[in-house]
Amino acid sequence: MAIIGNPKYQERIQHHLAKYETKRSAVMPLLYIAQEEYGWVNPEGIGEVAQILDLDPTQVKSIAGFYTMYSEKPKGKFWLHVCTDLPCALKGADDFYAWLKDELGVDDGGTSADGLFTVEHVMCLAACDKAPMLQCNFRYVEDLDQDKMRDLLAKWREEAAQPVSG
Amino acid sequence: MHILLRGRDIKNIDQLDVYEKHDGFVGLKASLAMTPAEVIDQVKASGLRGRGGAGFPTGVKWSFIPQHEPVKFVAVNADESETGTFKDREIMEANPYQLIEGSLICAYAIQAKAIYIYLRGEFWDIGDQLDECIERLRAKGYVGENILGSGYDCEIYTHLGAGAYICGEESAMLNSLEGYLGQPRVRPPFPAQKGGGLYKEATVVNNVETLTNVPFIMREGADAFKAIGTEQSAGNKIYCVSGHVKRPGNYELPMSTTFRELLYDHAGGPLHDDRPFKAMLPSGGSGPIVPLTDEVLDTRMSYEDCADIDTIIGSASIIVMDETVDMTWVASKVTKFFEHESCGKCTPCREGTYWLDKVIDRILDGRGTPEDVKRIADVAENMQGTTLCALGDFAANPIIHTIRRFPDDFAQHVQGEAAAGD
Repeated sequence: MAIIGNPKYQERIQHHLAKYETKRSAVMPLLYIAQEEYGWVNPEGIGEVAQILDLDPTQVKSIAGFYTMYSEKPKGKFWLHVCTDLPCALKGADDFYAWLKDELGVDDGGTSADGLFTVEHVMCLAACDKAPMLQCNFRYVEDLDQDKMRDLLAKWREEAAQPVSG
Repeated sequence: MHILLRGRDIKNIDQLDVYEKHDGFVGLKASLAMTPAEVIDQVKASGLRGRGGAGFPTGVKWSFIPQHEPVKFVAVNADESETGTFKDREIMEANPYQLIEGSLICAYAIQAKAIYIYLRGEFWDIGDQLDECIERLRAKGYVGENILGSGYDCEIYTHLGAGAYICGEESAMLNSLEGYLGQPRVRPPFPAQKGGGLYKEATVVNNVETLTNVPFIMREGADAFKAIGTEQSAGNKIYCVSGHVKRPGNYELPMSTTFRELLYDHAGGPLHDDRPFKAMLPSGGSGPIVPLTDEVLDTRMSYEDCADIDTIIGSASIIVMDETVDMTWVASKVTKFFEHESCGKCTPCREGTYWLDKVIDRILDGRGTPEDVKRIADVAENMQGTTLCALGDFAANPIIHTIRRFPDDFAQHVQGEAAAGD
């Protein structure tokens, strides 16, 4: 595994390097690429991003640590970010989240025993009229209730069981 | 009539050919036929004010850019992260070309070299969608070199944040774009000045909704825009309604509309008929909370009228709460938001939000005392005006105003045996 020299990423890396006035500006998009490759922002990925941008790995790591969407530890295949901020909480998001944690047998920030789901409560995700809601791997899933969520979990479990193609 | 949420009226306006058929880029073409100074004058004359929250006059902001500087930028604030705000998302998903057209007009008016659209990281799909829009526009000569034969060159790029509310603050956003921690800068120099903007070049930072108004102003004229709304709050505003109403959602209405009309006629009134409204946060977590009295309900949702009821319309993220909601819990929720989102740079905000959260939790647990309520009010007041950016003030607001306006909600937690401490 690697970003540097990996044909999958070269075009995107070049695109990001070209769009800014300085190399350093590309640190955020490159960290996303590292996260995509390794599943989290690991020391290898940080080292590679630093190398591409002529930065010290410590500088890159500080960026990864500041922004919440970079994970500094391995997580499950599906990242479930459940909004429990005020507007969602007024529509039952706290109860929904408590139920979901129970359903998956995890605490906040934890990963389910099958390694598939990591759940976290997050702040407002700009979907307040469609609460309760969450993002699964940064994609919106809205107007949730327990039935709908059970179906989604089953669907995602099934997806994960399929052999990887491409 | 929608000026902004035209995706509601015109099917597929997110497609370039449909957008072009419905007056798309007429405003840009009109602008390119004018001098940059004339464009700025027209936006000034329209009375358009910034829709991100502060309400600063847009044309005046543009006029601060020193025209003689060779390199200038536009940064579009699409970091939409204020609690209860979901308007920019609908604009970009359903009417993306209008935002881009408005951004190009702004860029032409200040003769910017490039536009960076800073999206919150969770708008991953919108970023992809905008990138596709930009490539389609490039193919038709709207973006890149010699735009529509005008001799003006401008590039547009998207940039994804990665989960930091603070990056909606303009100087933190610029730091983030430059690859640094998203923390506010000391001002002056301001972003519009050399040394204060992106890559130290003069930069206009405008909110998505603000820029999406601009094509209308350049197409229909300043007077047509000024005719909508109130004297000091021209145009329509998108009001994001969430919480205890029957029909939550975005409502684009003239800024002369009252809260009553929004909450009853459009949003359908209280979610449960037997639970009347108690309070609202009219500007997300940041603005002062107000009880939903008749006086408040009959107030127009303009910058000046909201000042009269001691609150702000800000980004118009209207969170509605019915009589079952405990305002101490609301203060706790909002404080947790700011505690999480404080960037850590300024001590009063970093430490203040942390301790406010701890003490409110204690009060909610029944372990607080009347002195604790005074203490958090005191801490909050000492945070105001002591930080580099407005987050410190925003974080103080929910405490100060919930205590001032709903004292009984706090008193019930700190009276009786529980108040004696443990």
